[in-house]
Amino acid sequence: MTAPAAMIELTYRDAMREAIRDALRRDKDVFLMGEDVGRYGGCYAVSKGLLAEFGPERIRDTPLSESGFTGAGIGAAMAGMRPIVELMTVNFSLLALDQVLNTAATVRHMSGNQFGVPLVIRMATGAGRQLAAQHSHSLEGWYAHIPGIKVLAPATVEDARGMLWTALQDPDPVLIFENVMLYNMTGKLAADTGAVDIDKAVVRRAGRDISLITYGGSLWKTLEAAVALAAEGIEAEVIDLRSLRPIDDGTIMTSVKKTRRVVIVDEGWRSGSLSAEICTRIIEQAFWELDAPIGRVCSEEVPIPYPRHLEIAAIPQVPKIVAAAKTALGRA
Amino acid sequence: MVEFRMPSLGADMEAGTLVEWLVKPGDQVKRGDVVAVVETQKGAIEIEIFETGRIEQILVDLNSKVPVGTPLARIRTELERKAGVAVAPVAPPARVAETPLPALRAPPPSRPATPPIITVPGAAGRARASPAARRLAEMHSVDLATVTGSGPSGAIIRADVERRLVAAPASAETKRPTGLSLDAIRAAIAAAMARSKREIPHYYLEHQVDVTSSEQWLTRTNASRPPGERLLMAALAAKSVALAVRRFTLFNGFYHDGKYEPAPAVHLGIAIAIRGGGLAAPALHDVDRMPLDELMGRMRDLVQRTRAGRIRSSEMSDSTITVSSLGERGVEALHGVIYPPQVALIGFGKVVARPWLVDGAIGPRSIVTITLAADHRVSDGHAGALFLAEIGKLLQEPEKL
Repeated sequence: MTAPAAMIELTYRDAMREAIRDALRRDKDVFLMGEDVGRYGGCYAVSKGLLAEFGPERIRDTPLSESGFTGAGIGAAMAGMRPIVELMTVNFSLLALDQVLNTAATVRHMSGNQFGVPLVIRMATGAGRQLAAQHSHSLEGWYAHIPGIKVLAPATVEDARGMLWTALQDPDPVLIFENVMLYNMTGKLAADTGAVDIDKAVVRRAGRDISLITYGGSLWKTLEAAVALAAEGIEAEVIDLRSLRPIDDGTIMTSVKKTRRVVIVDEGWRSGSLSAEICTRIIEQAFWELDAPIGRVCSEEVPIPYPRHLEIAAIPQVPKIVAAAKTALGRA
Repeated sequence: MVEFRMPSLGADMEAGTLVEWLVKPGDQVKRGDVVAVVETQKGAIEIEIFETGRIEQILVDLNSKVPVGTPLARIRTELERKAGVAVAPVAPPARVAETPLPALRAPPPSRPATPPIITVPGAAGRARASPAARRLAEMHSVDLATVTGSGPSGAIIRADVERRLVAAPASAETKRPTGLSLDAIRAAIAAAMARSKREIPHYYLEHQVDVTSSEQWLTRTNASRPPGERLLMAALAAKSVALAVRRFTLFNGFYHDGKYEPAPAVHLGIAIAIRGGGLAAPALHDVDRMPLDELMGRMRDLVQRTRAGRIRSSEMSDSTITVSSLGERGVEALHGVIYPPQVALIGFGKVVARPWLVDGAIGPRSIVTITLAADHRVSDGHAGALFLAEIGKLLQEPEKL
């Protein structure tokens, strides 16, 4: 038996950087490219210091051309490399959507399984930093619509540290969405923490009265709501999806069968959202277990506003989650 | 603000007549208080409230007949009071002023970005019940019209059906629209008892107990009491069962879906004959923690009210074990049929004088036969025997009850 490793405290940003550094060390075919990832250290400072450590061959600054460098990443992956492409935000990723959907997600299918694209694309998502309507949206639900790729949403430092390596081992494209409000969050990790699975949801808090299903930046608000509900005698179970494609139906349905009530918290817009997909799956697979209509807390259907008070009002917040849970319990 | 609504108290109950208000606006009420009397096909039922707060407004006049679900009164809850919520009459949703800021040109009017969430009202005459509640009701042939909902907007949820499954036989029957129907009570008893004998593998044990000293204790205790406050052997019997079953948890609970669930509290169903025929077994709550005098008072009250057809809504639904006593009718022992989903029934026969061997000599003693009918899926004869012996032992020590 070995002694337990020492615990270290680090930020989500540090954990992500450590994951990239670890991958670069372990596999010579791994390299990072994106806008400002090298000399500037990444627009959210995730790759700070990596250029000095690994050199310009492996930490590559790219021109402002998302479609171009994402396509280059796809080509490199098809040729045997293990690229990590960083897109500055999910809003900008739309310029590369053609590459992701029409190329990365389809090549294995269209080549009759002759080629795969073992590419990892990382990008920032979410509102809360007053970056206004062109830098703040949560479009991961759109990507979760696409067969042929995997979509991850690490919400904890453990997942920020552990998901990347597993994603790099995948033979197909994996997109990792990092919520901008999480970068400064600190957490504790064992110093020797390694890779984690990327296909299972996790119950972050157990409860018997209602299932609160969420992911990414909304996890922490949802956990806070669960504490507030507990003060009123309502025991909420909080599920962190972790993987948005595939969705871990088993963990969701097990919880629903126990609590019989559900609220889904999703920073995406309500209409046609990931929350809509989860809601439908529950209706399809666990309709007869339900004791109340499924509730949703989503972003208001507006471009995310710049003013702070409006931005706060536009996205899911603790009081809205608490209210939705109480409505489902008939205690509103 | 919470609305207190006309509850559904029986199958086919579509409406009830409010015959008595026991509260008025301004009164404080707490969960469980009897606030009104409603006349139904079943007779007058005392209606309990499920909220704690203050009655703000009475919405229905005396002697009005209103459909199930009609708001009867408005209650300001404790939480609302603390939060300082104003008493708001039902008002149309406020419209936000649409005047543009003076310095700006108004943009062309647009539709709201998010359409409001519209809840489709339930079809008329159909109880609003959750899928989980519907499935459980279907499995146990429970008519949802006999279940009172506690979910969102008064919807019936699974827990409500579970509570209903524990209901006494007389509350399970379907009522005809006119008056108290003995036929319907008969039909309900038939359904419950047939189900019991079909599904429950009963086993029976009996145990004779010398209650001479208990009778003497009762005589001494009652000597100085007016008739209305005297204790009867039935109260000792009920308390003995309640105390014993607290230790023998295999006999206090419910068997559902192939699984036994012990009940956390002891609610004794007291089998009471209804005049003219029929039987009800309304519940006495937490008997194990009730002093004897209080228990006796409640038993008297329960018998009177049951025979008068005034059973409270909560009493109709949640006994965890049943006690039946046919001693008054002169029989010495009864072998009961368990009321599903309960798992045990205790019977008490008549106290009879018998020659009995005490300390090596034969003498006259007062003997009662206690019987157990129990569900063999849950317990075995060994546990049943110990349980019966414990009841007998407790019954012989009335001063400790």
